[in-house]
Amino acid sequence: MSSTVVDAPAGARSAHRRRTLVRGLPLLPAIVLLLAFLAGPIAYCVYYAFTDMQLTGAAETHFVGAANFTKAFEDDRFYHAIWETLVFTVLSAIVGQNILGLVIAVLMRAASAVLRQIVGALVIAAWVVPEIVAGYLMYAFFRDEGTLNEILGFLHLPQQNWLYTLPILAVSLANVWRGTAFSMLVYGAALAEVPQELNEAAAMDGAGALQRFWHVTIPVIRRSIATNLMLITLQTLSVFGLIFAMTKGGPSNKSTTLPIYTYQTALQNYEIGYGTAMALVLLVIGALFSLVYLKALRPEAD
Amino acid sequence: MRFRSIAAASLAGAVALSTLAACGSSGESKNEITIAYQRNTNNNVRYMDNFLGTVKKQFEKSHPGKTVKLVPIQATENDYYTKLDLMMKSPRTAPDLAYEDTFLINSDIKAGFLQPIDSRVKTWSQWSKFFPTAKKSVTALDGKVYGVPDGTDTRGIWYDKRIFRKAGLPTTWQPKSWDDLLAAARQIKKKVPGVTPMNVYTGKANGEYAAMQGFEMLLYGTDDQLYNPQQKKWVVGSKGFRDSLQFYKTVYSTGLAPKPSAALDANIANNINLEWLPASKIGFTIDGSFTANNWLPTGGKPWKQWSKDLGWAAMPTQHGQAPGKTSMSGGWSWAITRQAKNPDLAWEFIKSMQTEKNAMAYDNASQNIAVRSDVAADPEYLKAAPTVKFFTDLVKYTHYRPAYAEYPKLSTAITEQQEAVTTGSSSPAQAAADYDKAVRDIVGAGHTTKVSGTKQ
Repeated sequence: MSSTVVDAPAGARSAHRRRTLVRGLPLLPAIVLLLAFLAGPIAYCVYYAFTDMQLTGAAETHFVGAANFTKAFEDDRFYHAIWETLVFTVLSAIVGQNILGLVIAVLMRAASAVLRQIVGALVIAAWVVPEIVAGYLMYAFFRDEGTLNEILGFLHLPQQNWLYTLPILAVSLANVWRGTAFSMLVYGAALAEVPQELNEAAAMDGAGALQRFWHVTIPVIRRSIATNLMLITLQTLSVFGLIFAMTKGGPSNKSTTLPIYTYQTALQNYEIGYGTAMALVLLVIGALFSLVYLKALRPEAD
Repeated sequence: MRFRSIAAASLAGAVALSTLAACGSSGESKNEITIAYQRNTNNNVRYMDNFLGTVKKQFEKSHPGKTVKLVPIQATENDYYTKLDLMMKSPRTAPDLAYEDTFLINSDIKAGFLQPIDSRVKTWSQWSKFFPTAKKSVTALDGKVYGVPDGTDTRGIWYDKRIFRKAGLPTTWQPKSWDDLLAAARQIKKKVPGVTPMNVYTGKANGEYAAMQGFEMLLYGTDDQLYNPQQKKWVVGSKGFRDSLQFYKTVYSTGLAPKPSAALDANIANNINLEWLPASKIGFTIDGSFTANNWLPTGGKPWKQWSKDLGWAAMPTQHGQAPGKTSMSGGWSWAITRQAKNPDLAWEFIKSMQTEKNAMAYDNASQNIAVRSDVAADPEYLKAAPTVKFFTDLVKYTHYRPAYAEYPKLSTAITEQQEAVTTGSSSPAQAAADYDKAVRDIVGAGHTTKVSGTKQ
């Protein structure tokens, strides 16, 4: 390390490197925290997924290789849970929150300031409420003697026991209600960035409002769409409290998404190892979705 | 500049490390014991809290300088087990004393959560007062004792005489078979509209409560059972299992039982016992001997007239086959955890709970059946409720759950299939086949049999 016979460039380089290291030092606490509280649990989780750890019934934990994963891929209920998760995600996030958020954002630009504030406040209120509270509110709304059926009855429309006959639709609608604000905010910001000249030029060329929206606005906010989709998809894949409060995954597993099934397996059937393996599969599903969106984010089309 | 950033970094690092270190140290004092127990999800039902509060006061007075910390876990039954097991898994959160359902105790023993107390009970003058069946319920497969039971129970039928009168049914009723139950329910449905004819518990949300009070009350009245004690194997493919599920299908698909959406609600037991029965909204329900604790002055819904308005009957066997009646028994116990910091003090607390006077106070408030000969003979216990003698006599017909370590998982498998039949998503035959598959997964195909054997 001494600098007796070193040539100048190398010395400069090592000094430079040392300086970078020292400058990086303030990052150390953050890195330690990240490793301890983010990477640590994930590594632990990966380890558990390959063991037969139980909550009760066995004192020792053994390494069982990929047994939990083979078990999962032979389990009908596991496929069922994946299917419910995909239905829930597509219905409530990709279609519901995303499109509704965009529509509200577009309409708000045309609305008066007062209306904009009222609608914004209402939509965001649903988002600010804690998940479990939102779950109970939606339970009260959809349940058999709930608000929705009262309204339907008042209008002389046929009533439904929503949580019993169509639980996955009920929880999806609840998630749309709760999560639309996020998409609305993202799109509100994105739309504000669309250059007015582009729209005006398109209008001069004779493009109608719909055409302008499709050919001008959408391409410009494409990245916001991909980012928004990625965020709400990942959020929705892991929704637990909302569904648990409304249906507990029932009846007869008709709203058992993967997070609910993971909970039931790990903490109610006491199979922690198996449940953790499922959680990892959920992680992979989230990663696959992200890959698709990241691809859409690539700049080559610009 | 550089110095400042290094100083800041090392300061931040030191703070982070000391925080981590702080997580590791524990601050429990040697003079404190913690006690974990289930608190009812209904805020009016507090007999256990009141009982423990009283004993805590006595204990802290007679043991100066010692404190008792009660850790109520307010949850439904299954969530309670989950939370308790999570607590016991870590030395940092393990309570000294845990309230254990005897069906789960073997599973928890196998997991290494509890410590044997043989040497303690051996020198304890009160232990000889406990009935042998009660001692057996807290003795593990290794022959060691792991808990002190505080009561047992039997199960039967609670029926509303007011509704029976309106329906033209006898107000002194003892059904002889499942068909008698269905006939009575049908008559109530026809004659007393607006009333739920009957209830038999079902579904995952109700966990072990639905498996035991519901399914097993039916199954153990057939010629079959869950476990063959002679072969020491779990029973699959039995006719009794399918017939029991068929009973669920009949009552839930023909409107004799609560609407499936209500039946699958985790609060159904509280809804029935605290609301529907007092308000005369349900004909009859199959439930535990302890159900009356709700209507005593100490209960969640004090109800002066209950013993006049309600009747109680034994659960009949399927076709009335000998011995004609059936019941299921369980019970809870106090166990010292393996990770307990003050096991000796915890044992002292168990002894305080189990003075004759305290044991009786608890059995009376909870309407449990006494597990001690001295309490059972106490006139104050016998007159605490008019049902005590009736349900105590059912012990003759009772069955115990095969409380091996696998049982809690099988119990979940039962409730899953109950739910599938209740909602109509599976036929009884399909649900029975799904249960068999689950059993083979849980215990291994080599530990199953098609023969039920004789009941013990």
